[in-house]
Amino acid sequence: MTILCKRSDLIANSGVCALHNNEQVAIFYLPDTEQKVFAVSNWDPIGEANVISRGIVGSVEDRLVVASPLYKQHFCLITGECLEQSAQLTVYPVALDGEHLVLAA
Amino acid sequence: MSQIKVVVVGNGMVGHHYVSTLAASDIDAQITVIGGEPRPAYDRVHLSEVFDGKEPSDLGLVTREEYVALGVDAHFGDFVDKIDRSAMQVITRGGQVFDYDKLVLATGSYPFVPPIPGNDLPHCLAYRTIDDLGEIKASAQGQKVGVVVGGGLLGLECANALKNLGLEAHVVEFAPGLMGVQLDDGGSQMLRRQIEALDVKVHTSKATQKIREGDEHRLKMEFADGSELETDLIVFSAGIRPYDELARQADLKVGERGGIVIDYQCKTSDENIFAIGECAVQGNFIYGLVAPGYRMAEAAVSQLSSEPQSFTGADMSTKLKLLGVEVGSIGDSKGQADGSLAFVFSDERDAVYKRLNVSADGRRVLGATLVGDTSDYDTLLQYYLNEIDLPDAPENLVLPALDGQAPTLGADALPLSATICSCHNVSKGDLVTAIDGGCTSLADVKGCTQAATGCGGCAALLKNVVDAELAARGMEVDTRLCEHFKQSRQELFIIIQATQIRDFKTLVNKYGCGQGCDVCKPAVASIFASLWNEHVLDADLVPLQDTNDTFMANMQKDGTYSVVPRVPGGEILPEQLIVLGSVAKKYGLYSKITGGQRVDLFGAKLNDLPNIWQELIDAGMETGHAYAKSLRTVKSCVGSTWCRYGVQDSAGQAIDLENRYKGLRSPHKLKMAVSGCTRECAEAQSKDVGVIATENGWNLYVCGNGGMKPRHADLFAVDLDTPTLIRTIDRFLMFYVRTADRLQRTSVWLENLEGGLDYLKAVILEDSLGIADELEQQMQHVVDTYQCEWRTAINDQEKLKRFRQFINSNSSDPNVAFVQERGQPRPATSAEKRRQQLKAVV
Repeated sequence: MTILCKRSDLIANSGVCALHNNEQVAIFYLPDTEQKVFAVSNWDPIGEANVISRGIVGSVEDRLVVASPLYKQHFCLITGECLEQSAQLTVYPVALDGEHLVLAA
Repeated sequence: MSQIKVVVVGNGMVGHHYVSTLAASDIDAQITVIGGEPRPAYDRVHLSEVFDGKEPSDLGLVTREEYVALGVDAHFGDFVDKIDRSAMQVITRGGQVFDYDKLVLATGSYPFVPPIPGNDLPHCLAYRTIDDLGEIKASAQGQKVGVVVGGGLLGLECANALKNLGLEAHVVEFAPGLMGVQLDDGGSQMLRRQIEALDVKVHTSKATQKIREGDEHRLKMEFADGSELETDLIVFSAGIRPYDELARQADLKVGERGGIVIDYQCKTSDENIFAIGECAVQGNFIYGLVAPGYRMAEAAVSQLSSEPQSFTGADMSTKLKLLGVEVGSIGDSKGQADGSLAFVFSDERDAVYKRLNVSADGRRVLGATLVGDTSDYDTLLQYYLNEIDLPDAPENLVLPALDGQAPTLGADALPLSATICSCHNVSKGDLVTAIDGGCTSLADVKGCTQAATGCGGCAALLKNVVDAELAARGMEVDTRLCEHFKQSRQELFIIIQATQIRDFKTLVNKYGCGQGCDVCKPAVASIFASLWNEHVLDADLVPLQDTNDTFMANMQKDGTYSVVPRVPGGEILPEQLIVLGSVAKKYGLYSKITGGQRVDLFGAKLNDLPNIWQELIDAGMETGHAYAKSLRTVKSCVGSTWCRYGVQDSAGQAIDLENRYKGLRSPHKLKMAVSGCTRECAEAQSKDVGVIATENGWNLYVCGNGGMKPRHADLFAVDLDTPTLIRTIDRFLMFYVRTADRLQRTSVWLENLEGGLDYLKAVILEDSLGIADELEQQMQHVVDTYQCEWRTAINDQEKLKRFRQFINSNSSDPNVAFVQERGQPRPATSAEKRRQQLKAVV
């Protein structure tokens, strides 16, 4: 278990990026959902830049997604898969522990 | 086949249409065109608009450069004096000789001047060319009264021109009524009432016997009935006569009353010579309208191809506005055919007259006259042209409907052959083909077929046909914003305005579903900003913004950003230029001058943005909103301050406009420009809002666009003073902000606006919806609540939270790497990055 940051570092209904073992992790804080926090890799495999944390979050049908700010493909926040083409983000198991965001891995 | 030498004599509208049609065809032709006027072809139909603010150059149909690009050898200001049929050559007055294989005469016509003694006195003029307009304008300078001889279509156009020049306008007509060719007596009388109500004096049944010097004015006209009329100038517009002199000299067959005789192939009595347009006569008929002229030109071109087509006459039905009065004439408008039955409706209070002529059995429309209201024209014309069976009570087609809804002909009832747009000869079949070929909106269909882009008279009918065809394919245009909102952007705007909702969660819970997405969130954020104008990084608003708005900078392909400070009107202090340079050097930024007259600094790292802006703000600069769907720049020339030709301070006006509208969030980006004279160096006519200085104020153009789909802006209002200009732009922009779709530029918005430019003018200039005050107040609210978003942000730590690459580290993104090119940084390619990493390891 690693503490990545504080709850107050997060932006409600949007994303930030944390560094973990030289990996860039995009963290989304959706206070109105049951799971509340979601983390995927920050690297956009289609646009080839570290930008996923700066995308808009929302839903496509019933799936929670983030849209790449570069070319607008949607990635599922739960599974990391891309809805439009074959591409995949790494999913990180994160949770809120009191005022801290922790990574289970 | 070897290349064929085609010489075209005459460069009027029809001559030009021949040249452009031939140049666009597969026919291998070497085209020479010789025009007598000193300029290339222009739109003669809209000549009088030159007195209403248009520049002569606005009427141009083609430029010399475009002819060069088409490979056409064009000569202007030289007349062909002689045709040598045996040598197959034409010789010009200037002594030039051109060989031809095929010769096309498109010499047009000249105004008929009745043989009245004194018709050659000074200030007796004609109305036909742009040069004639110049003479009329010069003659009218400082004068009071002007007379038009001739009460036909052109004469009334000309009376309008005189009125626009500030003269008391008179129309003198030999016949008992106005527009006697097109209208029956009742229609003619109704037209007269309307025109007289506009302060144009109408004198009918007047035969002018003599023109001589006047007592109080320059000239005096003496009529056969003993009456007299004094005037300062006389313009003859009593019909046209074909220019057939050249043909007569060459011994080509001419008609009894003039005109070069042609057959169905548009060939003259010499098989190598064609004649088209108003100089030609076919079956004793001269076609004095532009559309039949175009059809002749196309038929004549086709004779050189493997698929020759015929011109066997054309429908002369017409719909137009004369001095603002709507007039329509279809087929046998007077009911002269045997057994013709008439239905007549006349309303003297609202000045409307309608006459419908039907066949004896009541099944077919034979013709119609419409004055004061031509809303039934399209429907009646389709009944007429396509010989559609009339309903049992045909009178309902011209009577006011009791329930207020005029019966219209269902688009389904039209055959595929029905002509929808006669300017561009587009049939219903062509529209269906376009839709089958992938067009899914009215704008697509217009772009693909050109329908409704000529006179625009068929716009309503076109929309009906397109809507019906789309609906029939189950493709009814979906106006849902996205899966979360079934409303259109316009509907959402109204909801938000009415409910005063200021946050997304309330809105989506009440009027939508789901979590929102990257389509609806920025659209709603934009509407919030247009209405409430709160800071884009407020906690409730920041999750709605696109990354560019979130970081108030433009994301580039490598995840870095570009920075553009505002430079209003393109005017910048030397000190600010120096600061821009030193900031670029300090933060390693690539510098480029933009098309909008400012400087773009590329390659800024996320965590450097606040520091960069601190330095720019300290130098007196502010955010340029290059990242937002909002006003970008107001481009300008230096205007009368420096330029020898400028007539107003365009730079000053541009700065004021930019400072007024900066920060206005809109459905898409907005660009504006102000030019200091008609040379138009600021390219205002390619902008959403373009302003061009005149000697009397400012001309306003709207809905232009450059970019992917260029659109020339429409002239919206002329000679405005500055307060009126600003009030008009306030209303225009706010109406666009309210009613456009998301990401819809003003050009496409206007193309899709039902009622088009006339409707827009009515709303903005005449306040036909009664919303002008509200639009102005909304704009004033945006102006009053402006803040530099960057200045606010750098003083608010909460807002700066996201301006870090990592929340748990101060380092930058290691994947961002640059290489030098032409002395500046640019993003490294992935191959270059691999080499750099390799080096670092080694």
